Amino acid sequence: MQFESTTTLETAEPMVTPLHAAPLLRRKRTKESIITMVLFLAAFSSVLVTAGIVGTLLVESLTFFQHIRLVDFFTDTQWTPLFSDPHYGILPLVSGTLVTTCVALAVSIPMGTAIAIFLSEYASKKWRETLKPILELLSAVPTVVYGYFALLFVSPLMQKIFPEMGMFNMLSAGIVMGIMIVPYVGSLSEDAMRAVPISLREGSYAMGSTRLQTALRVVFPSALSGISAAYVLALSRAVGETMIVAVAAGMQPNLTWNPTEPASTLTAYIVQVSLGDVPHGSIGYQTIFAAGLTLFVMTFSFNLVSFWLRRRYRQAY
Amino acid sequence: MSNVPSPAPLNASALTPEGMLSGMRANIRSRKVFDGLFGVVAILALLVSILALVGLFVNLALQGSERIRPEFFLSFPSRNPFEAGILSAWVGSLVVMFVTALVGIPLGIAAGLYLEEYAPKNTVTNFIEINIMNLAGVPSIVYGLMALGLFVYKFQFGQSVLSAGLTLALLTLPIVITATREAIRTIPNAMREAAYALGATRWEVTSHHVLPYSMGGILTGTVIALSRAIGETAPLITIGALTFIAFLPTPPVSTEAPYLSFQWIWDAFTVLPIQMFNWVSRPQEEFQKNAAAAGVILMFMTLAMNGVAIWLRARYRSRVKW
Repeated sequence: MQFESTTTLETAEPMVTPLHAAPLLRRKRTKESIITMVLFLAAFSSVLVTAGIVGTLLVESLTFFQHIRLVDFFTDTQWTPLFSDPHYGILPLVSGTLVTTCVALAVSIPMGTAIAIFLSEYASKKWRETLKPILELLSAVPTVVYGYFALLFVSPLMQKIFPEMGMFNMLSAGIVMGIMIVPYVGSLSEDAMRAVPISLREGSYAMGSTRLQTALRVVFPSALSGISAAYVLALSRAVGETMIVAVAAGMQPNLTWNPTEPASTLTAYIVQVSLGDVPHGSIGYQTIFAAGLTLFVMTFSFNLVSFWLRRRYRQAY
Repeated sequence: MSNVPSPAPLNASALTPEGMLSGMRANIRSRKVFDGLFGVVAILALLVSILALVGLFVNLALQGSERIRPEFFLSFPSRNPFEAGILSAWVGSLVVMFVTALVGIPLGIAAGLYLEEYAPKNTVTNFIEINIMNLAGVPSIVYGLMALGLFVYKFQFGQSVLSAGLTLALLTLPIVITATREAIRTIPNAMREAAYALGATRWEVTSHHVLPYSMGGILTGTVIALSRAIGETAPLITIGALTFIAFLPTPPVSTEAPYLSFQWIWDAFTVLPIQMFNWVSRPQEEFQKNAAAAGVILMFMTLAMNGVAIWLRARYRSRVKW
């Protein structure tokens, strides 16, 4: 055996001299570096997308703000850019956005949190793994379908409670949006609560606490960073939601804090203008970028807060 | 329910052993009641959400069932609600999804591979990671605005299938990247080390081992990404998708030379969710039935895709054991 192996080694030896291997290795190395470059470019393309978003919004809005003063934009209480007497106050759109968002959060945060506590502290592993995917289907439904549901199912239902309310209102849009967001709150909060080490729960149970007491006084506070990040993410999702409000909340800008009234939101306004025939470069064209920039700044700052919360209050166990 | 364990009121009976015992019993009982009560409330919350999903589907099916006929799939939109169909809409959805998948999936997988297998731990990598997290939180309509400014006007792609497909590809990019990274992360390092020990280069390790082993997770992620893309409405309305299209895109193959045509990527288009939006925003009840029928089909497609994703996940998870 030993003898044989030495012969094979000897016969093989000329083939592995550096002289022969060098071109092969060099080819391999070039190929490797090309592939690395290509993959890097793919990852870097995400940065280009962000640059594209920020750049487009800024450039188009800049031409808008050359015509409209910033003071008017933030203080004028009317948004009528396509009327003969144009006003460019963003407040009515922001108020519509905030009201629908608040309604949505009033639905999704209590429901989502209760579901998260139930799945993480009450349910067995089997139940959790069955219920979570079903729940997540809620956020997979196309939003235009939710819009239909809000306008033609929830709104007539709500009209029985508020008889003087019109067909289009922010309340039904907000409620349906809240149901859509429940999985975000529930799933993300549950993840945060599951990350709390079992020893903390055991300590609490050893003192005679019930599941609810353990959940509310031990697990919830320990997972607060993750849970609040989930809330902020839900908030950002609600602010950017488009089709539900475009279908069900009515499209006229309306500076009001009353959810039973119809109003337009930042997103619904963009849809409304895009549906019409707006020439490239006109003031109407620029307004949707100004509304989009406002929207982007809002969601971006919420996302930053969420990111910061997760990092700042992350407890190391 | 806070401060429940405060001691029973200090009266004479509380000082006797029996009194203390009954006080404790009452305390435990009330805490258990709250515990159970919360369980009931939470189950109710769960039920409401699941019932909303079921109710949504049933409501759509009841409203739209009378319209779901073969002709509905084979006719163009029309002013007459009884003759209107979704031919141009579902064909449009199909071709847009094709472009989205062709661009978004390779790009997302490549980016995920780079970040997990290649990226050095430095500022650039960190920046890319934070950036992707941020992109995932950007509202879809903002992608639409970017596409309107860049693809439609700057690059002169027009209001075409190409613009729409690219927009949705970028929109789903963060989902594909995250799914790819999570799938890759489950592969134990020993597999890579074994391959390196045999002299494999980095790309050989990646393409022969990492990619095949993580294919299940990646596939799940891409199906979910596409199911999200197929229901997206707002960004496509923003780039100027038309709501009334009574023609089909140019066929990709023809009987004359050069046989293959890519003219279809420049064609105007509409997609299923936009068609549904158009019908739902009309006041006539007959059109709303069409909207419901389109909604049933749309929901069926997204739920089926999600079902496939759940099935894929379960299948690969049970097969692969490290």
